[in-house]
Amino acid sequence: MDTESTYSGYSYYSGRSRGSHRHGERSRDRHKSRSKESSRSEKSVTINAPPAEPLLGDQSVREEEVQDDNWGETTTAVTGTSEHSLSQEDIVRISKDLDDSVGLDCKRYLNVALSVILALVVFLTPLAFLILPHLLWPDRLRACGTACEGLFISVAFKLLILLLAVWALFFRPPRAGLPRIFVFRALLATLVLLFVLSYWLFYGVRILDPQDEDYQGIVQYAVSLVDALLFIHYLAIVLLELRQLQPFFSLCVTRSTDGATQHYNLGQLSIQRAAVVILENYYKDFPVHNPAMLTASKSRAAKHLAGLKVYNVDGPGGNNAAAGIAQSQSRAMIAAAARRRDSSHNELYYEEAEHERRVRKRRARLVVAVEEAFTHIRRMQEEEQKKAPSDVMDPREAAQAIFPSMARALQKYLRTTRQQHLHSMESIQQHLAFCVTNNMTPKAFLESYLTTGPTLQYGKDRWLARQWTLISEASVTSGLKDGAVFLLKCIDFSLVVTTKKIPYIQLAEEFIDPKSHKFVLRLQSETSV
Amino acid sequence: MSFIPGQPVTAVVQRIEIHKLRDGDNLILGFSIGGGIDQDSSQNPFSEDKTDKGIYVTRISKGGPAEVAGLKMGDKIMQVNGWDMTMVTHDQARKKLTRKNEDVVRLLVTRKSLENVVRQSMMQH
Repeated sequence: MDTESTYSGYSYYSGRSRGSHRHGERSRDRHKSRSKESSRSEKSVTINAPPAEPLLGDQSVREEEVQDDNWGETTTAVTGTSEHSLSQEDIVRISKDLDDSVGLDCKRYLNVALSVILALVVFLTPLAFLILPHLLWPDRLRACGTACEGLFISVAFKLLILLLAVWALFFRPPRAGLPRIFVFRALLATLVLLFVLSYWLFYGVRILDPQDEDYQGIVQYAVSLVDALLFIHYLAIVLLELRQLQPFFSLCVTRSTDGATQHYNLGQLSIQRAAVVILENYYKDFPVHNPAMLTASKSRAAKHLAGLKVYNVDGPGGNNAAAGIAQSQSRAMIAAAARRRDSSHNELYYEEAEHERRVRKRRARLVVAVEEAFTHIRRMQEEEQKKAPSDVMDPREAAQAIFPSMARALQKYLRTTRQQHLHSMESIQQHLAFCVTNNMTPKAFLESYLTTGPTLQYGKDRWLARQWTLISEASVTSGLKDGAVFLLKCIDFSLVVTTKKIPYIQLAEEFIDPKSHKFVLRLQSETSV
Repeated sequence: MSFIPGQPVTAVVQRIEIHKLRDGDNLILGFSIGGGIDQDSSQNPFSEDKTDKGIYVTRISKGGPAEVAGLKMGDKIMQVNGWDMTMVTHDQARKKLTRKNEDVVRLLVTRKSLENVVRQSMMQH
């Protein structure tokens, strides 16, 4: 209801924000630009209930945007502003997410349906083998003796074990959606189907048609089917789970934007399964992708090229000459760049030294501010809780109480290390409440801000790594080979994966008799000159 | 040849000049040394005081430059070309003796018999 007339909302709230002029101006800017939604490209949706502090959420990653994240200065004057805003990009993104989820669910449901049908067929087959003679020719059937009834128990228990085993192995929530079919699973399903069909064939031809009276034989036949199914399940375990446990290949995964590298040891897997394992490990091993860190090298590269301009003095030639001219131009540029005395390395050195100093200074201020903030609250003991019911805060309120004293230092530090888009004020306060509840020290609270953590540590909307595409020259269902290279592409960056075979290790043994460890003093050494 | 801690070492020395012999690429002197501050001085057969960590001549090759110059087995080398040999490691002593750009080494050596000779000659007077 607040979006209906932004101007009325603005007039109400600007009256309240008499306390800080800057904040009033900023909110005016915000409302004005919100009215034309598509022009600004924010990367996050900010939707919150009326009595809430202004969020850090409208961060944009690009440098040229105005940073309106001055929550560090404004947290002392809490004014309620509610913003419902969606930009064009968000709409596109949400619709894209919807499309993808629908497509994926369809495939998944199909898979699940097929496997459930197969499982039902497989389970009901032995029961059918046992029951059908009783239904079709009960009078001619020879009575079941003790041994036969014992076999009933064995069939029952083996079926139960098979049921549990199949549920444990096959009916787990899927980790990932693969582009091509999972070859081993398909092969096993075909095998099971063929197997059951051949049993049915035999049963139909040799037992149903002549209406065999030997019930014990029929029961034994059913038992043999269940045994064989258990063995197929064993084969499934070995093929699907055990075979890739023994490490065989070492995969080197490099991120294309900043070169972060990790190595993983995997067994003999197909390329798509290896890609799934790598992506699962990506979220916990690689530091989160931070586009703000890459702009410096891009600007340097731009400066290299911008310094030279090539003029064509001889005038435009024919079509054949155009390619030659372009080539000679580029060669001339390279030669001139090599000869020119470039002082950009100097700039880089001093810039980096300066940045390092600045970061360290801000960090020192931050650590001191946080330590001081933590001394303001203290955990209340049990006895005190009964005595003084007033002025008691729960963790969230305690966090909100001490947050303003450290907010400015924290915000400055995050800006210097270009991490400010990864943390919103909400998330910082939540983290603070969490640390306070669990009796963590200020150092433990700061750890997640001082070092860039793995991608999983941050909220899902900060990941910038959700949709993955597998690009490979070899077929993705073929196995890994030594020297195979494939790419896992995301919108902003890609992971380059190279495979190397783990060398065959030939161990030799050498026996040393424990009694052979003897020592002597070094005598006078004699040197001839 | 006794060593009193804190006092300068006094000894009767003989000056020996050895001319190195060129053997192919090497310059050889024709004797072997033992001892040094990093060695076990209790094994030294030639020293009187078993805590003496000086450099001693342990072997003289027959007909070599050292024998010709008058070096005897059991001599303690005090100086080589001005470099002190009483407080050096074994390797430092070897290096001082085998410098490639020196053809002549002038040693100051001392032995028990020298002291006896000097004492005898003093007693005679």
